[in-house]
Amino acid sequence: MSDYLFLIPLFPLIGFITNGLLIGRLPKPVISFVGCSTVFLSFALSVMVFFELKAMPAGLRVIEQVLFTWIPSGSFHVNIGLLLDPLSAVMILVVSGVGFLIHVYSVGYMHNDPGYGRYFTYLNLFTFAMLTLVLADNFLLMFVGWEGVGLCSYLLIGFWFEKKSASDAGKKAFIVNRIGDFGFLLGMFLVFWTVGSLDFLTVSEKAPEVFTYGGALITTTCILLFVGAVGKSAQIPLYVWLPDAMEGPTPVSALIHAATMVTAGVYMVARTNALFILTPDALLVVAIIGVVTAFFAATIGLAQNDIKRVLAYSTVSQLGYMFLACGVASFAAGIFHLMTHAFFKALLFLGAGSVIHAMSDEQDMRNMGGLKKYLPITFSTMFIATLAIAGIPPLSGFFSKDEILWKSFSSDFGHPLFWILGFVTAGLTAFYMFRLVFMTFYGKERMDDKTRTHIHESPKTMTIPLIILAVFSVIGGFVGIPHIFGVTNQFEHWLEPVMATSAGAAESHVLAAGGGDTGMEWTLMLLSVVLVAVSIYFAHLLYKKRTELATSLRERFSGLHRTLLNKYYVDEFYGAVVVRPVVYLSLFLWKVFDVVVIDGFLNGLASRYHEVSEFLRFGQTGRVRTYATVFIFGVVLVVAYMLMD
Amino acid sequence: MITLSAYVIVAIVLFGIGTIGVLISRNLIILFMSVELMLNAANLTLIAFSRAMNVLDGHVFVFLVLTIAAAEAAVGLAMVITLFRNRETINIDRYDLLKW
Repeated sequence: MSDYLFLIPLFPLIGFITNGLLIGRLPKPVISFVGCSTVFLSFALSVMVFFELKAMPAGLRVIEQVLFTWIPSGSFHVNIGLLLDPLSAVMILVVSGVGFLIHVYSVGYMHNDPGYGRYFTYLNLFTFAMLTLVLADNFLLMFVGWEGVGLCSYLLIGFWFEKKSASDAGKKAFIVNRIGDFGFLLGMFLVFWTVGSLDFLTVSEKAPEVFTYGGALITTTCILLFVGAVGKSAQIPLYVWLPDAMEGPTPVSALIHAATMVTAGVYMVARTNALFILTPDALLVVAIIGVVTAFFAATIGLAQNDIKRVLAYSTVSQLGYMFLACGVASFAAGIFHLMTHAFFKALLFLGAGSVIHAMSDEQDMRNMGGLKKYLPITFSTMFIATLAIAGIPPLSGFFSKDEILWKSFSSDFGHPLFWILGFVTAGLTAFYMFRLVFMTFYGKERMDDKTRTHIHESPKTMTIPLIILAVFSVIGGFVGIPHIFGVTNQFEHWLEPVMATSAGAAESHVLAAGGGDTGMEWTLMLLSVVLVAVSIYFAHLLYKKRTELATSLRERFSGLHRTLLNKYYVDEFYGAVVVRPVVYLSLFLWKVFDVVVIDGFLNGLASRYHEVSEFLRFGQTGRVRTYATVFIFGVVLVVAYMLMD
Repeated sequence: MITLSAYVIVAIVLFGIGTIGVLISRNLIILFMSVELMLNAANLTLIAFSRAMNVLDGHVFVFLVLTIAAAEAAVGLAMVITLFRNRETINIDRYDLLKW
């Protein structure tokens, strides 16, 4: 079966080509069928190769399939090759599985859109690029997928490009990502320069010999790679594009800006863990950026009123958790949270889409309320997802988040400060998520009458994906139940072969993560559950029971509230410090350098030639005899010259 | 016995007269005749060298040149007639439309 590995990314490509070439010519059912079935085939194949991989002995779980040589140039040799190991197996399952559900959901969500064919074309192209990214066996092919998903993200954010804000948001996402990609490229150059190969397996194998532990070179390389991850995964300071990306259709936000593409950065760090493990300094940077982003984004999420923006900041915050896990060298926990997050965050976005759909495209939660009785399926699935993200045991989010919190405390690279920030963030997460639920589904119905008459539960193509994702949000965590419950952590065990190389490489420096004190682990787990419960109680109090309390609180801390509502004025700050100078510099280059210097030089040269010609043209008398005379003089001169020799 | 240099000197003189004729005459017909003169100067050299070196190539070449000259004269005179019909002059200094 694994011989057909290349079919996994190929199927969506076929869908993309079919739908793309026949845009505007296919009826909607055919478009939906092509779009969904190709992704389903990828998913089915992913499941099959997953089980094949599982049947192999743990140490040998690596399948590399080289399709052909892409760039053979001296010592620089790059293949188009696919790498299936436990890590990429998890990723292809998540990408194609969640992707398929979102494709199906889109059939219902986009059914009235005039750009239906274009939408599925982009969505299939995205799936292709994302599967290429996770299956690539070298940095360069990964970068191809990386840019591919960036392109699709741009196209889909700006899907409704007639709207200025949407096309602006698309551009913003693309440009901010460029900054990160630049770092990724430089990191890639450094890897090739030092190791002499871009192949993941070769790099992982050679890294411990080539680099000195904690050296400046490896630290620079890892930080540059991490800059790429920061851009793609929306971490401080490059997170600003993600909230704006909510201008795209909601299923796109679910697929690209929650479940898959934004996690590419986490995947990349986990994929290159053999490098990161060699440099405690870079790991510290990763952890600090991660935990600060998690906290920072969560605080902004507290005050947002747009339902999708709350979820966007929540995504940024959860991605911060994943980087915190990577930063304390427990990459498996990061990938575990990536997976559970893909389930519940996709579900939350799809639920939000269902709400927006029912509310006739209203996104402001202040105009919602009391939707529980109108949208029973959406409500119950979203409620499950909210419980999961808040970390209520035994839902998936509890296990993955707790794993990260415990590792941030107990790992050799951990620190109690990381734990405290992560712990507080967990409370904030529970608060803003339940605020969202209470504002949307409970309380007074604040919409106008016209909207109210239109409220309806979404069609089956939308609710069934919601239900399936809800099931996974509940049970998804059971694959990674931690040691203290008396079982082995299946998920960590599964990823061990991928991470083992690094642990072995730096054996003398890294003790096996985990260890620690079970009593402490129980205490911390209990503490976070209590904190979450308290947060939920406060959300309940402020946004359901006594809403006037929320208003008075808002007035009491109006300065703080305004700061949060305006996202700490970060966009304004970037506008003044980065965007404005760049615009002025460009204006200068355009009006002064381009128009005056370059055009001036060329036009000046041309007019000098013109003036000289004005004078020289009088040589053209039009008389044959003049020409003949000049000609004969010339001949005489040439002959004379030749005779002189 | 006439020496080779005598032939060459005659040819140079003929060619010089032809050239000067082309440069100074304003009459198109005379210009034409001067060109023929130059051609024949060249022919004379060809024949002279051919004979001196005892090969036949020069003779053959002269036949070719004569044929071309005849064709050229026919076409050239036809053009002169057409030009004359259009401009009513054969003074070539008046044919100067293609200037600055």
